[in-house]
Amino acid sequence: MSVTVTDNNTTSELAALLDKQRVATASDAALRKDATDAFRAVGLPAAKAEEYRFTPVTRILEKQFTLSQPTPAGQVSRVKDFTIAGLEADTLVFINGVFSPADSSIQDTTALTILPLQEALATHTALVLKHLGQYADTAADAFTAWNTAAWTNGLFVHVPDNKVVERPIILYHLHDASEGQVITATRNLIVVGKNAEVTILEKYDSTGASPSFSNQVTEAVVAENAGLNLYSIQHDAGQRYQVGTIRIQQANYSRVNTFTFTLNGKLVRNNLQLVLDGEGIESHMYGLYLLTGDTLADNHTVVDHRKPNSFSNELYKGVMDGTSRGVFNGKIYVRPQAQKTNAFQANRNILLSPTAIVNTKPQLEIWADDVKCSHGCTSGQLDEEAVFYLRSRGIDKLSAQAMMLYAFTGEVLTNVKNPVVKEYLDNLISQRLHKNF
Amino acid sequence: MLTIKNLQAKIGEKQILNGINLEVKPGEVHAIMGPNGSGKSTLASVLAGREEYEVTGGEVSFEGKDLLEMAPEDRAREGVFLAFQYPVEIPGVSTINFMKTAVNQIRGYRGQPTLDAVSFLGLMKEKMKLVEIDQALLNRALNEGFSGGEKKRNEIFQMAMLEPKLAILDETDSGLDIDALKIVSNGVNKLRNKSNAVIVVTHYQRLLDYIVPDFVHVLYKGKIVKSGTKELALELEAKGYDWIKEEVSVL
Repeated sequence: MSVTVTDNNTTSELAALLDKQRVATASDAALRKDATDAFRAVGLPAAKAEEYRFTPVTRILEKQFTLSQPTPAGQVSRVKDFTIAGLEADTLVFINGVFSPADSSIQDTTALTILPLQEALATHTALVLKHLGQYADTAADAFTAWNTAAWTNGLFVHVPDNKVVERPIILYHLHDASEGQVITATRNLIVVGKNAEVTILEKYDSTGASPSFSNQVTEAVVAENAGLNLYSIQHDAGQRYQVGTIRIQQANYSRVNTFTFTLNGKLVRNNLQLVLDGEGIESHMYGLYLLTGDTLADNHTVVDHRKPNSFSNELYKGVMDGTSRGVFNGKIYVRPQAQKTNAFQANRNILLSPTAIVNTKPQLEIWADDVKCSHGCTSGQLDEEAVFYLRSRGIDKLSAQAMMLYAFTGEVLTNVKNPVVKEYLDNLISQRLHKNF
Repeated sequence: MLTIKNLQAKIGEKQILNGINLEVKPGEVHAIMGPNGSGKSTLASVLAGREEYEVTGGEVSFEGKDLLEMAPEDRAREGVFLAFQYPVEIPGVSTINFMKTAVNQIRGYRGQPTLDAVSFLGLMKEKMKLVEIDQALLNRALNEGFSGGEKKRNEIFQMAMLEPKLAILDETDSGLDIDALKIVSNGVNKLRNKSNAVIVVTHYQRLLDYIVPDFVHVLYKGKIVKSGTKELALELEAKGYDWIKEEVSVL
């Protein structure tokens, strides 16, 4: 990953703040200090930085935010407005980056560990420090460095060997920007033991008129023959900016399914990095973005095949209206020893307006010679002949378009296994499509 | 039922229809024949409301209403049905869901209550039998991977479900073997009654052995140049279209 170093004031201003905020006695103080140094060295991406070419996060931070201004404590009186009704899950709610015990409920604490990360750092120090910051690369990305230096809280999950967790875990990240700008850095650490399995969901919502920015990082370690399903559902209001990074380390025969739904927000950057450091691994990455107005959603994915005989499959689909912009960059690395790799990637886009834009770029780097890799990117309009066909049977234009788009998104939704989550997303997406976006 | 007066239409800069006149009454079957490029499919498309075509003159009234003013969906709701020459494949949308939406939107337009799942299924079973179509096919994505015959049969199934007053069959016979042709024609014939009408657009006489027309019209260069009874179709089959072209050029 190459990030152009900028000598801008924002980087040094923020780095100074990070230095000032650091608690010297914290058990991860050394990690935070190193991360701050890394942040200073890498610097926020400059306007021309390749990795952030279409996604001007630095400019937004400079123009829309006062970095020294503290984030107010949020007031979300109706957390229910944002939760998935009927979902049986262990629930953690974070309001403006602060864990809200009153809104959270964790049922099963004997067979596995589910804790706010701050608490885990105090009670499971060795285990947390063994993994924290070991995967997400602070030297490669300023936002990861910033997060490692400044995270306030997040989720810690440890699923012991052989434990299959039926009950999903859900995190609600609520931003309340009604009392001023909000900036948060949340951090998750997920450790899945051998033969274990777990499903974790994150949902992002926001209220209030002031701008809000979140920088979240998730590190997940999936041991041999273990399974992880990770969902990210972004359903923010129009003034939310976010950069999220998910880094997953997979061992032999592990299975990972990730879902990235970007349904709203102003600017959303998702970094998804899978390291397939074993054989017989199966990884599926699904993404769906429905963009309207001047929203920007940027999905940067990296799949790193390091050992032979693994399989990865990536399917990202997008619908863009208004002057929105979708960005997809999919890197696949197949290392010299990763023979017999199967790696597939597809990015499909529908542009509903002439002013909507998509920038899609597959980037395959293959050093092994006995592999099956394919990629395909498409972008186009709704098939007008098909819309006419549906209308000629008495279906109004809006419904006809919605049917077509619903079918288009169905290819991603069909892979969601939890029926409650599936129905929730299904309704959310149908409503959107029937409202003319 | 349908009155077309001096209808003219173009696509892009190309004028295709040059003044069509046609009167269709309830219970009648009209065949529109003509050589390739004479404007047969354009006429069908203009009646169904395909937006690429621009009507440059004339009028079309359907049951006293101005058809050309209506959106395609409203034409369908008023009772016009177009069986497509090339039915569209729509991945991800099952024929059943699609038909449920269509039937209920049409019912809504006519002020009828929405059909519940049980009644809809009942209606569907009845119509499936009528046009000899298998439920497995209808559970699949609309026309996706269907053979030519299956697609055309699906068109007639949809026609059966929507019970149009006026059905326009646009080259429904093209690409069908004789068995499929018989099944499709049978379906159409079973749906015929005194109060509905059919316009059959075709290049070949063969279909008219099974769907017997009351009137045959020959379209050439965007105009109906000759009208007659079913015997005219046989004459065209025997002699081809050249004599028509010569007649027109003499005039």
